[in-house]
Amino acid sequence: MSTFSAIGEDVERDRNEYTPGLEPQPTWCPGCGDFGVLKALKGAAAELGLSPEEMLVCTGIGCSGKLNSYFESYGFHTIHGRSLPIARAAKLANPGLTVVAAGGDGDGYGIGGNHFAHSARENHDMTYIVFNNEIFGLTKGQTSPTSPKGHKSKTQPHGSAKDPIRPLSQSLTAGASYIARTAAVNPNQAKDIIVEAIEHDGFSHIDFLTQCPTWNKDAKQYVPYIDINDSDDYEFDRTDRSEASEMMYETETVLHEGTVLTGRYYVDEERPSYTQEKQAIGEMPDEPLAERYFDDDYEWERVYDTFLDRHK
Amino acid sequence: MTTDELIWRIAGGSGDGIASTSQNFAKALMRSGLHVFTHRHYPSRIRGGHTYTEVRVSADPIRSRGDGYNFLLALGDSFARNPKEGAYYGNEEVKPLAENLDDLRDGGVIVYDSGLLDTDDIPDFDERVEEHGWHVYDIDLRSIAREHGREVMRNTAGVAVTCAIAGIEPQAIKSLMDDTMPEKVFEPNMSVFDDAYDVVTEEYDADAPDVSVPTGSHDEEQVLISGSDAIAYGALDEGCRFIAGYPMTPWTEVFTIMSQNLPEVGGISEQVEDEIAAAALAIGASHAGVKAMSGSSGGGFALMSEPLGLAEMTETPVVLIEAMRAGPSTGMPTKTEQGDLEHVLYTSQGDSHRVVFAPADAEEAYRQTRRAFRIAYEYQLPSIILYDQKNGGELQNVPASVFDEEPNPDLGSVLTEAELADAPHDASGKFNRFQYDVEGDVSPRSIPGQEGGRYLATGNEHMPAGHISEDPENRVNQVNRRMSKMDTIRKELDGDDGERNFHYGPADADYGIMTFGSQQGTAAEAVDTLNEAGESVKLLGVSELAPYPVDEVAGFIESVEEVLVVEMNASAQFRGLTQKELGRFGEKLSSLLKYNGNPFEPGEIVEGFRTSIVEDGTLPGHETKFVPAAGD
Ligand SMILES: Cc1ncc(C[n+]2csc(CCOP(=O)(O)OP(=O)(O)O)c2C)c(N)n1
Ligand code: SF4
Repeated sequence: MSTFSAIGEDVERDRNEYTPGLEPQPTWCPGCGDFGVLKALKGAAAELGLSPEEMLVCTGIGCSGKLNSYFESYGFHTIHGRSLPIARAAKLANPGLTVVAAGGDGDGYGIGGNHFAHSARENHDMTYIVFNNEIFGLTKGQTSPTSPKGHKSKTQPHGSAKDPIRPLSQSLTAGASYIARTAAVNPNQAKDIIVEAIEHDGFSHIDFLTQCPTWNKDAKQYVPYIDINDSDDYEFDRTDRSEASEMMYETETVLHEGTVLTGRYYVDEERPSYTQEKQAIGEMPDEPLAERYFDDDYEWERVYDTFLDRHK
Repeated sequence: MTTDELIWRIAGGSGDGIASTSQNFAKALMRSGLHVFTHRHYPSRIRGGHTYTEVRVSADPIRSRGDGYNFLLALGDSFARNPKEGAYYGNEEVKPLAENLDDLRDGGVIVYDSGLLDTDDIPDFDERVEEHGWHVYDIDLRSIAREHGREVMRNTAGVAVTCAIAGIEPQAIKSLMDDTMPEKVFEPNMSVFDDAYDVVTEEYDADAPDVSVPTGSHDEEQVLISGSDAIAYGALDEGCRFIAGYPMTPWTEVFTIMSQNLPEVGGISEQVEDEIAAAALAIGASHAGVKAMSGSSGGGFALMSEPLGLAEMTETPVVLIEAMRAGPSTGMPTKTEQGDLEHVLYTSQGDSHRVVFAPADAEEAYRQTRRAFRIAYEYQLPSIILYDQKNGGELQNVPASVFDEEPNPDLGSVLTEAELADAPHDASGKFNRFQYDVEGDVSPRSIPGQEGGRYLATGNEHMPAGHISEDPENRVNQVNRRMSKMDTIRKELDGDDGERNFHYGPADADYGIMTFGSQQGTAAEAVDTLNEAGESVKLLGVSELAPYPVDEVAGFIESVEEVLVVEMNASAQFRGLTQKELGRFGEKLSSLLKYNGNPFEPGEIVEGFRTSIVEDGTLPGHETKFVPAAGD
């Protein structure tokens, strides 16, 4: 069976392999943080030696959603907020795939917030990158769920009356088993985090700070950041829920005061992934389902033989 | 009154075991060689409320619930009582009797649980009994049940009484109970059964009523199947191994049956956060190479509008189920209607398309579900099974051989890696998954993980390799290709003879009746009655709605003077669809509509046809409504 031979190839890779050979050139604005995500993802994929054809990158809608237009792999550019349910199912159908989902803060924390909570809760084995630019980019600069309180935009002319959401804390509460924040201004840290996230067996959430020079010139995303994992001032046990939670709370408070803390916040290596849980209770086959359709020797069950007796 | 059929209505409260008891009763009679058909009526509440199930039994094939009924088993509504003696939730106490008398035929039988119900509470009861010639059996089923087992076994006592009165061989029921009950429960149930049976034969004149069960035999083995069972089984046989859903009545039945059976065949079922996610998961699984489905009822299907469009734009095969109930909004959750036709045909933005099947009964549901998968995967677009609360929950006997079919795990238009190596790629090395100059307008796809199949699927308009593009020429080419798939499918479904739907009655009839989906069997019975009474009518039951069978329907309408379009909604959606698709015939089509939450009975269609078409009169209008032809 040579069905999915791209899966599991172990070859040394160059980051340029993930650049589409022809157009399209990214249509992002000059200086956009989204370039940083693209670069970090290419670096991570190369470091992991992943074949472009064993990767499925699912995105939502927004400037961020164009990621898979400029990253060479299998891609599914879905609809606003819905990258996660599509990515999740693809992983269930074929656990051999490396599945990455991505979208903006509006896409992921706003319209797709429900899917975010549930994907984290279920601990699907996949990586979720949220391009957090604290603004709606593609629709031209409206206030987003991560925009700071008081943020003025054409749709919030008097300044937002809402506190921004706390994505790291939310994700911890929801149940993600790997949680990190990184920033486009440091593609090296970002790359390392993506590598870890993809290698992690469970739902990895990366809140990726991306600057939007076009609509959000004041954002903290430009400010130099502190890597909490390198700084002695921020010692905590990142496998401990409550210590991680405290750090996240502090981080998300100071973020809007202009101090940007990045790094790994929470890693739970113990918790089984959703695939493992489903297999353990007998609700998912051990072999990838998708392979069965290409296996000429597989004996397909018929209702007539299997279930019909119940109705006689 | 007739004795060639029994229509047995068991009434009580939700939670009283009405559904399981009637199911066993129907199955026992099917095993003894009869044809059976059940009809469910239940309220949107968990306990109490007025619930009944009818089991129609005949020596000949049956296609509907029939008109009225001739045997009432009224159980007390034990769950509607709260623990304080005598107190009821709401005013349910006499309903199992009082609510059910209107449709009981003359000469029919009433058995009621005198341990829980009192006829003194019903005004005019004795007068009505007298007037209609009903035979009344007041039997304290509760005491019999308590004495030999537990109070919940009142059902068994009631079934035993039915057997004694209607002349049903007790062994038929007993052996089925033996098959389905654990021994500890079976023994006391048998005692209850025997005692209740003896009470009738010893204390009552069981020969008096003119109600008895016919005898019959089947040529081949039968199974008792609901529309929901049949949809689930069609999906399984067609190789569907992934379902994602969110509960909503009445779609929950299909979802439940799939969830219970899928693990056994190594498939995956996911109950997810909402219906948008559900449809999106089905799309994700299908994209990754698994046959997948999702579904809902009206409100949940509304949420699926967006993923539905995505499936069309990305040409991802998917099968969605829509189980209609009365709307708009949450409407009447447990009541049937055919009001989501336009919703299902037209929801989602842009020039979007889907294939829509509307099975009439369990057998069609099985076949059409299989076809829906085959079309979806061959042509890479969404297919929808549109059915309703009525045919989802009806049980009927179907020859077991209907299901004796080969499985079909074929993913349709998917290339192997060897084929991908020879397939066209763009200069970047991406596979041209969305080419437009392809045969049959279907551009074959690859599955993530396949070597040489890399592409971008996107809900934006895109070039052959998937790159997002607003290039006008590419846009027109892609739209034309996606749209013309519907024409190809129409040709395939039309087949050689062009008769893909259900034709019934004399070909040269003067008048026509047209209907779709679950009303087909009822309308067929009405056509029989009308023709026996000297009218000249034929039926066209349309169960493939999109692409619409234009030529077949036009031929039917042309061949008659006038057509009565029968459907369960208030805005004549099927008639509207027919006129839109055919672009004419406004003056030939009149409508008979029903939208009170209950399906048509054959007699209502007979009456509607006579009054409105033959006599040119007006219907009384409270149950069914007549809307004349546009030319009138
Ligand atoms: C259902 C739906 N609602 C609204 C839109 C319009 N829309 C497109 S992108 C977007 C916001 C994007 O913001 P964000 O997710 O933060 O991503 P960014 O563009 O900043 O990367 C909106 C509202 C849409 N495409 N679909
Ligand atoms: S609008 Fe903002 S987010 Fe979008 S491409 Fe331009 S800079 Fe980037």
